[in-house]
Amino acid sequence: MSTFVQATTVAEAVGAMSGGARPVAGGTDLVVGARQGKAPLPESIVAIDRLDPLRGIELSGGRLRLGALVTHAEIVAHPGVLEGFTALADASAIVGSHATRVHGTIGGNVMNASPAMETGGPLLCFDASATLESVAGSRQLAVAELLAGPGETTARADELLTAIEVPALPGAGSCYARLEYRRQMEIAVVGATAVIVLDGGLVTDARIAITALAPTIRRVAEAEEALRGTDGGRAAAEAAAEAAAAASAPISDVRASADYRRAMAAVIARRAIEAAVARARGENVPVPASPALHGAV
Amino acid sequence: MRYQATLTVNGIPYPVEVEATASLLRVVRDVIGLTGSKEGCDDSECGACMMLLDGRPVNSCSYLALQADGREITTVEGLAPGDGLAPLQQALLEAGGVQCGYCTPGMLISATALLSSNPRPSEDEVRVALAGNLCRCTGYTNIVSAVLRASEGHPAGTPG
Ligand SMILES: Cc1cc2nc3c(=O)[nH]c(=O)nc-3n(C[C@H](O)[C@H](O)[C@H](O)COP(=O)(O)OP(=O)(O)OC[C@H]3O[C@@H](n4cnc5c(N)ncnc54)[C@H](O)[C@@H]3O)c2cc1C
Ligand code: FES
Ligand code: FES
Repeated sequence: MSTFVQATTVAEAVGAMSGGARPVAGGTDLVVGARQGKAPLPESIVAIDRLDPLRGIELSGGRLRLGALVTHAEIVAHPGVLEGFTALADASAIVGSHATRVHGTIGGNVMNASPAMETGGPLLCFDASATLESVAGSRQLAVAELLAGPGETTARADELLTAIEVPALPGAGSCYARLEYRRQMEIAVVGATAVIVLDGGLVTDARIAITALAPTIRRVAEAEEALRGTDGGRAAAEAAAEAAAAASAPISDVRASADYRRAMAAVIARRAIEAAVARARGENVPVPASPALHGAV
Repeated sequence: MRYQATLTVNGIPYPVEVEATASLLRVVRDVIGLTGSKEGCDDSECGACMMLLDGRPVNSCSYLALQADGREITTVEGLAPGDGLAPLQQALLEAGGVQCGYCTPGMLISATALLSSNPRPSEDEVRVALAGNLCRCTGYTNIVSAVLRASEGHPAGTPG
């Protein structure tokens, strides 16, 4: 016998979670997963979609704060995200369909912890942190420490994600690109994020992450190293992309073989790096980057 | 467990009693009795079940009915004024965008949401907005044409 409570305050939500309830925000993972037969709906559900403190995008004092309920559609429509955190906008712009983006939240995307999920790479590269709240209090940890494995986080079952904070990286150009077989309603076959800072034409900071290429989305230090101090041109981008591909440990599944994924990792990583460099130089690469980079309309 | 809720569908409030796990689609079709919205896949792939929730498209098969308590729901039955047809419906008929019709209610919902936020979409914007709606019959071209026809200021006639 399943139970349902619509939380009206954060205290009520974490109270229900301490009693074993699972939160539902947009339901585009939780409810859809149950419909697909992946996992039945939890016995006890607490709806968190009406908690106003979990809403809203704020950009001030060099920090971006995304309430856990911020939707992908809101991320793509925010001028400050488009300008300073472009890779995140690239990512949210290609989640599911229009209906998925207006209901699916950043909190649900992160807590669902799919190794193929779109926003993880950009959040890791921008050193984002998550605020978790429970009846015992609140704590903050890096998103990199939160993502633990396919569908797994290091959050306790009674912890509610309330916000994601992302420090600004002035001057950075960034891009998230994925290999996709179609433009919408797609899951990343392979994805890559690049965040690049240029100074006097040289790369002073480079952050590269790979998506759908390992049990969790992860940064690749070797690829970042390969870019630092270079001009960010084709040769450097290729070397870094090769390093990203070498660090991948892909699986074979219905969507692609491991060999194909590894080969495409180098291609997609190079495209993401080149687009991030172009954006760092002030050139215009449309959001989302993926269709433009792959030569679609 | 069953809970009381009020689902306001096409402007009419319906007091209903629903299971915690019931989908919005189930309740609107089986409890309220509005069967315009279709079930194709029941897991968010086809878009046949789309409704507007506070004006935004939702895959109602995969949305908990209780989460819609107190919100404004619009189904295909609510798009037309009285007995007539909405301009989008008329355009869909004229452009040959309806064959078996199973996808049509969901297509109309997605297109309505698009035109209300973007009255003059490009062809590409129409295709992106309809990407969550599968059609097994038409090949999409006539559906896209119909949405462009119904958009503001578009000269009637089938584009490209
Ligand atoms: C058709 C379709 C296409 C999709 N395409 C993509 C895609 O291209 N890329 C992509 O990344 N994802 C995709 N998704 C997955 C999904 O839409 C996103 O992950 C979305 O951001 C999930 O948000 P939600 O609010 O709907 O999550 P929910 O389903 O409400 O929750 C997901 C999980 O997170 C937990 N949770 C939610 N909020 C919190 C919180 N604040 N604190 C603690 N736990 C929480 C829930 O208990 C649940 O386990 C797709 C889904 C569908 C149906
Ligand atoms: S029936 Fe809901 S998306 Fe197919
Ligand atoms: S007209 Fe038959 S599915 Fe679209």
